[in-house]
Amino acid sequence: MKKMKVLVSFVLVIAMALTMVSAAVAEGALKIGFIGPLTGAAAVYGISAKQGSEIAVEEINALGGMQIEFNAQDDEHDAEKSVNAYNNLMDWGVQLIDGCVTTTPCVAVSAEAFNDRVFMLTPSASSTAVIADKDNVYQVCFTDPAQGAASAQYIGEHALATKVGVIYNNADAYSTGIYQTFMTEAANQPFEVVIETTFTDDTTDFSVQVSAAKDAGAELIFLPIYYTPASMILKQAESMEYNCTFFGVDGMDGILTMEGFDPALAEGVMLLTPFSADATDDKTVSFVTKYQEKYGEVPTQFAADSYDAVYALYQAMQTSGMTEANTTEEICEAMVATFPTMTYEGITGTMQWAADGTVSKTPKAVKIVDGVYVGQ
Amino acid sequence: MSFLSNLINGISLGSVYAIIALGYTMVYGIAKMLNFAHGDVIMIGAYISFCVTQYMGLPAWVSVLAAMLVCTLLGITIESLAYKPLRNAPSLAVLITAIGMSYFLQNVALLIWGSNPKSFTSVIDADPIRLFDGQLIISDVALVTVAACILIMIGLTWFTGKTKMGRAMRAVSEDKGAAQLMGVNVNLTISVTFAIGSALAAIAGVLLCSAYPTLMPTTGSMPGIKAFTAAVFGGIGSIPGALLGGILLGIIEIFGKTYISTELGDAIVFAILILLLLVKPTGLLGKKVREKV
Repeated sequence: MKKMKVLVSFVLVIAMALTMVSAAVAEGALKIGFIGPLTGAAAVYGISAKQGSEIAVEEINALGGMQIEFNAQDDEHDAEKSVNAYNNLMDWGVQLIDGCVTTTPCVAVSAEAFNDRVFMLTPSASSTAVIADKDNVYQVCFTDPAQGAASAQYIGEHALATKVGVIYNNADAYSTGIYQTFMTEAANQPFEVVIETTFTDDTTDFSVQVSAAKDAGAELIFLPIYYTPASMILKQAESMEYNCTFFGVDGMDGILTMEGFDPALAEGVMLLTPFSADATDDKTVSFVTKYQEKYGEVPTQFAADSYDAVYALYQAMQTSGMTEANTTEEICEAMVATFPTMTYEGITGTMQWAADGTVSKTPKAVKIVDGVYVGQ
Repeated sequence: MSFLSNLINGISLGSVYAIIALGYTMVYGIAKMLNFAHGDVIMIGAYISFCVTQYMGLPAWVSVLAAMLVCTLLGITIESLAYKPLRNAPSLAVLITAIGMSYFLQNVALLIWGSNPKSFTSVIDADPIRLFDGQLIISDVALVTVAACILIMIGLTWFTGKTKMGRAMRAVSEDKGAAQLMGVNVNLTISVTFAIGSALAAIAGVLLCSAYPTLMPTTGSMPGIKAFTAAVFGGIGSIPGALLGGILLGIIEIFGKTYISTELGDAIVFAILILLLLVKPTGLLGKKVREKV
């Protein structure tokens, strides 16, 4: 028993020493916390976003000047776990938050961050609920309403179809949010929405939805959904020999990285995204090359949005003259004052923010050709 | 035409339920226990098949055999580790163990294969049948699933009716104690039942994921519950009943979704189950057994 006590106290001493060492390293670095699903069904988004941020952090730290310490926490795309992750970051002494990656957890965390006065910039949580009534929560991605309206405009302007079908998940706030604004904007566009069908989270059989669209003669199906159900819809359409154009939004991004997925199924799928990895401007090329070297895959839009999030925070810190020595609350107020006035040029477009936290930038359409995104 | 194509969609969905329900009903009929882990054995079977084709590059039929082999061993192991010690325990204890086993298998799959959904490549690569100038298409997977269902049903009926092991199974299902007194090895018989049930689960898993290609650790749970419903619908314990119940359930679900509401599809299925059980408590083809006091 005595030996046990000695052992325990010894371990505690070591633990204490280690904590002091890590605290010493943190001295003089800006603490940016990241929250996203690194495991779980939405892990593809979280991992991409984390990797994108890490590249930005490395680049900034290599510049000299202000250093960044980056701490990524897993939330498994779960609101409760996300708040735990946020509390971990608070204990760590976080100064700025790059997150959350997905909408549902982000709504929960942003409410906490609003109360605690921590500035949050989400790379990809696109619902308006994330930023509503919170002056210190901003987005890098479009809001859901913007995605729906922009998709309808794009389909109309480019005369992609005259008869359009919509399949959406009515158990999901993200999907229904985009669907509603798509329908509002579609009324002003030169195409007709001939069929709308829905599904819920555990649907695996899409034969009803796809055959309804086929019977209605839809030439294009708009899919404001995540890529997992989308992959099943594509498969279903193929087995029914139904050739129509599929048009997705940012949730479609990631379909090509799904293990075992046959890219031929996604041939010709279009999606609206602010980022295309085959763009030729210097910034994008440099980011894509670094990302591929480090992680061995082509970055998705989530990686790009998250890369931009870190740089936007960095630029705002520089503009406002804040340093890592300021308190979290001082930084938060400075960010709230700076963000609506600054213009940031990133790899997902030139961005300006409104005081409510929404971003304005121009979406690009990409088409999947031979298993890669091709800008339109 | 759209009515016919919905009917075909219903039959293809129903055949997947039926093939899972066959395994459920067989284990229930003989061991008199609801093996809630059946849906998760299906998921394991699909993962094995996925790994064999994707990581080892072997042909599809090898992957099906490998899945059957692994699932058979898994079924026997589960039975001997988790269910055998509870042979004389109340049925509630066995039921809870089965639910625990179901979660255990899901979490093991989560550990081994992670939670990212994988896209399953169909093991069947044939041309679909096109009727009426291609207006009506019956997919290759649906045809194979229906054919497999009928073959398995005939095979199981023959096996339980004509072979010595089959007769032993029926004896065990009727009265375990009496069967033992007559020299039937009850433990072996139940192990064989689980082995067959799990091999069928592997086939069901491969066909399920060929039809609906997303593979996740939770892939087996919802189809498992639906198939259980199908087995109850057809009369649990009855082999032709599982086939009939599965197909009917598929058709009801698709028609409910098409003509009433896509959101209410599942609710309609379960509502009809309740109505049927009120009228005919043993299911469509279930036998009425009088309890003697």
